Amino acid sequence: MRFVIGLPFLWLGVFFLLPCLLVLAIALGTNAPDSVPPVELGFSFKSFALLFSDDLYLAAWLSSIRIAATSTLVALLLGYPMAYAIARTAPNRRPLLLMLVVLPFWTSFLIRIYAWMGLLADNGLIEQFLRWTGLASNPGTILGTEWAVHLGIVYAYLPFMVLPLYATLEKLDDSLLEAAADLGARPLAAFLTVTLPLSLPGIVAGCLLVFIPAVGEFVIPDLLGGTGTLMIGKVLWDEFFTNGDWPLASAVAVCLLVLLVGPIAIFQRNQARSLERRA
Amino acid sequence: MTTGPIVRIEGLTKRFGPIVAVDRVDLEIARGELFALLGGSGCGKTTLLRMLAGFETPDEGRLFIDGQDMTNVPPYRRPVNMMFQSYALFPHMDVAANVGYGLRRDGVKAPEIADRVAEILELVRLQDHAKRKPSQLSGGQRQRVALARALVKRPKILLLDEPLAALDRKLREATRFEMVRLQEQLGLTFVMVTHDQEEAMSMATRLAVMNAGRIAQIGTPHEVYERPASRFVADFIGIANILDLPGGGWLALRPEKITLAARRPDLPLAVSGKIVDVAYEGDRSLYHVATNTHGTMIVSTANTSRAAGEGFARGQPVWLGWSEGAGQRLEA
Repeated sequence: MRFVIGLPFLWLGVFFLLPCLLVLAIALGTNAPDSVPPVELGFSFKSFALLFSDDLYLAAWLSSIRIAATSTLVALLLGYPMAYAIARTAPNRRPLLLMLVVLPFWTSFLIRIYAWMGLLADNGLIEQFLRWTGLASNPGTILGTEWAVHLGIVYAYLPFMVLPLYATLEKLDDSLLEAAADLGARPLAAFLTVTLPLSLPGIVAGCLLVFIPAVGEFVIPDLLGGTGTLMIGKVLWDEFFTNGDWPLASAVAVCLLVLLVGPIAIFQRNQARSLERRA
Repeated sequence: MTTGPIVRIEGLTKRFGPIVAVDRVDLEIARGELFALLGGSGCGKTTLLRMLAGFETPDEGRLFIDGQDMTNVPPYRRPVNMMFQSYALFPHMDVAANVGYGLRRDGVKAPEIADRVAEILELVRLQDHAKRKPSQLSGGQRQRVALARALVKRPKILLLDEPLAALDRKLREATRFEMVRLQEQLGLTFVMVTHDQEEAMSMATRLAVMNAGRIAQIGTPHEVYERPASRFVADFIGIANILDLPGGGWLALRPEKITLAARRPDLPLAVSGKIVDVAYEGDRSLYHVATNTHGTMIVSTANTSRAAGEGFARGQPVWLGWSEGAGQRLEA
């Protein structure tokens, strides 16, 4: 019995806590390009100090947060009407619509991002289509710009926005909206005073589920963004694979983790509170 | 408009797919009435109430409130307010915010809202609970918040959907009197939907018994009980012995209108029988009596004495008697 209960803890210890400690240990070591692995363990804050002295890292940070935040906002503005519409459809048709939302997950994430490259590329499908319809004769492409990165993040993480929003909107009692209308609220006022505040837990959950992974996103800025797109996930990758500076890459990873603990804690508390309310 | 009925309904019909929920209903409700729509589930009473509130649009017919055609007016522009069966209190607002919601929508100034909310909360004895959330209130308190929220805008009609259904029995009976008192005090028109005939009979000034989307009878509780217009109404309201009359039609005879005696009573109509069942209910006893001529009849006696064994025992031969005019003649 005790063994069964201990098993998840053992799993978390070996595959989560231990790697975290390893990353922290490497971050505190020094770069040793000639040894294998290229790190000399120790207790030096040199890598951390570099993170805070070189403007590149701060800039990458700020730009990651900015891109993640705007993408999250766009995903919210797109996802809310979707979730609302699904929650308002007849119950027998909802499973189909929800399946369409999660359908993209049946294909590998990487392949879908590559597909966007094909769509956006110079002389790609979108450009050809625009030329064919005559909407634009020489449209150019957004591939390699921050626009494409935003597009990719919104596309990839939209289901994570729609699903928690749907979960809260679906639980919303219709009679509350009728009560609002009965008391003189026009549809927009009823939405702003009843639907929106009561779906706040879903909004918070959806935003964090998009924002947290988007901040550390590497694949999308690497494939869809250009050299000008600065994101912390990409910096981490470059430090690790291009520069081979393991301690510095590890320090970036540790900082990423620490800075995301805040939003994750908000998310956890929000979940706990909505669970309490239901009880 | 200050004269004429507060509600006038003409040929109102509502269909849901193939089901006719409300079928060509005509109805007038006078100012200051406590009117009850009574019927079993699916009889159309709730749909009729929801059409008064504006949540359902009628397929046919017209609906006038205080002389104004409201048939196609949306709920937020009707001079009526509704108390919902589930109360539908906004869970994210405290009691004061719930009650003041309708006034805020009308753009009433904040100080006036505060005054009117305080006043109405005092009326329902919740002045000390203004800052509580609905989840922190008991069922009875929630019911009173819902009532206050619907009353604070001084609607021309207060609509009540099964207002007491969610309360336990003791509280329900106390609340009945309280609501009648409130209605008389405010001089408002109440229209109430209920499946509970005891509730409708004890509270309403007039009631409509509904069946299959139509009104079976409209009248005072006394009229509906003593002079049922049809076999359905006689059977639905209270207990009725339905006796076949020679030459067609029936006689609806209430159990308490029948005399139960050991020997033939001195009454124009009497039959003999045997007690097959006794149900002691405290204040009264119900006897099932098997008769030779009218099948099993139900008779009730008031238990005015405290002595045990006063009544009749199972298997005992008895006589039943009643006078002319004790029952209501029903046409076939």
